[in-house]
Amino acid sequence: MNLLTKLFLVLTVAALGYAAYEGLVVAPTEQTMGDVQRIFYYHVPSAWTAFLLFFSNFIASIVYLAKRNAAADAVAAATAEVGVVFCTVVLVTGPIWARPVWGIWWTWDARLTTTLVLWLIYVSYLVLRRYSVGSQTSVLAAALAIFGFVDVPIVYMTIRWFRTQHPSPVIGGGEGSGLHPSMWPPLLWNWLAFSMLAVVLVVARYRLQTMEQEVEKEHAHAALQGSPQ
Amino acid sequence: MSTMTMARATLAKDLRMEWRSKDAINSMLFFGLLVVVIFSFAFNPNAEESRHIAGGLIWVAFLFAAVVALNQTWARELRNQVLDAYRVSPAPANALFLAKAFGNFIFVAVLELLMAPLFIVFYNLRSVGPAWQLVVVAVLGTWALVVNGTFFAALSIRTRNREMMLPLILFPISIPALLAMVDSTTSILTGEASPDFWMKMLLVYDVVFTSVCLLLFESVLNAE
Repeated sequence: MNLLTKLFLVLTVAALGYAAYEGLVVAPTEQTMGDVQRIFYYHVPSAWTAFLLFFSNFIASIVYLAKRNAAADAVAAATAEVGVVFCTVVLVTGPIWARPVWGIWWTWDARLTTTLVLWLIYVSYLVLRRYSVGSQTSVLAAALAIFGFVDVPIVYMTIRWFRTQHPSPVIGGGEGSGLHPSMWPPLLWNWLAFSMLAVVLVVARYRLQTMEQEVEKEHAHAALQGSPQ
Repeated sequence: MSTMTMARATLAKDLRMEWRSKDAINSMLFFGLLVVVIFSFAFNPNAEESRHIAGGLIWVAFLFAAVVALNQTWARELRNQVLDAYRVSPAPANALFLAKAFGNFIFVAVLELLMAPLFIVFYNLRSVGPAWQLVVVAVLGTWALVVNGTFFAALSIRTRNREMMLPLILFPISIPALLAMVDSTTSILTGEASPDFWMKMLLVYDVVFTSVCLLLFESVLNAE
């Protein structure tokens, strides 16, 4: 680890600590929902971070298919994996928040369902990476990543139509409309901290991935030289 | 050789092999029959209920049965290194893809034609809405399943857990298509809602994913 990485790591930990203080102490208690609303400061930044990571995965996959650049493949692998982690956080904190506020754990609303399908798609991406063999992994994974990303808007449109035809038991519940000004700083602080955490994780995972690529290359090389033919 | 000549030759070869062996269609058909019977035990619906759930049952049965056929798409070409031969030949990769996709379309369409009477008998189905729309939905829906299925079968054949892999990557991506198929079928059968939106959605899905498949197939075929 070089000095810059260490410095960034310290800054990330500090930002996470301060963001937690902002979200748990500084942020005002919500009028109707009470303290449980504070999960919002973890839920929403995780979602934004996950979407950003999946978008990076899409870009990295296109770059890989166009340039056949091993670094782009490592970025794609790292962002998908960390993205799934953040998306899992979203899917876990969501029901915890929904249960006391809406009275139900889950509703098949457009945003919830799209996030779930997104999670399923990227888990299937990780499964494909895990089970494909050799250097073709990168191409197969990049192709699937493009399918997955193209699918997301279609999922969102179909589910939105599906929901308007069958109204869900909960009306509203969205937080986008009219967030109190005093709630913005904790939200943005948490987003910053989560994004920094995501960068730390992606960089660590990226390094691991490039090391794996090196090892694989060495193995292939050794196999080629070692086989007496 | 042009793409179309190539595609026609490959398609004719696949159809001839299937006609002589009947591997895919037999296993698909029996599997589909089992699903129909098991579903009718599991849900035991009366005529009115069955009209509401039939859309879902039919398409889930077809989806499962289609996976059986899709998995066999490329297996034959792995033996004797046919795919490698294809890669070094100057034939366009998309001709191979289109031939395989059309072949699968024909297999699944035949399956649907044979299974439809079974569904009608076992579930006492009668369409309230215009039945010709069901044919449109079937064509669009079947293409949505097989175009991505053929592509993903080419991915999964390269992995360590081959047959297991296809549903794992095909089902998540197919969720919007499946939703559109099920809801348009239910709308037509019950006559309670207009299936127009869902049919348009299926068409969009077909166009988008056929383009993506044709764009990416060559890279996947040549992946080392």
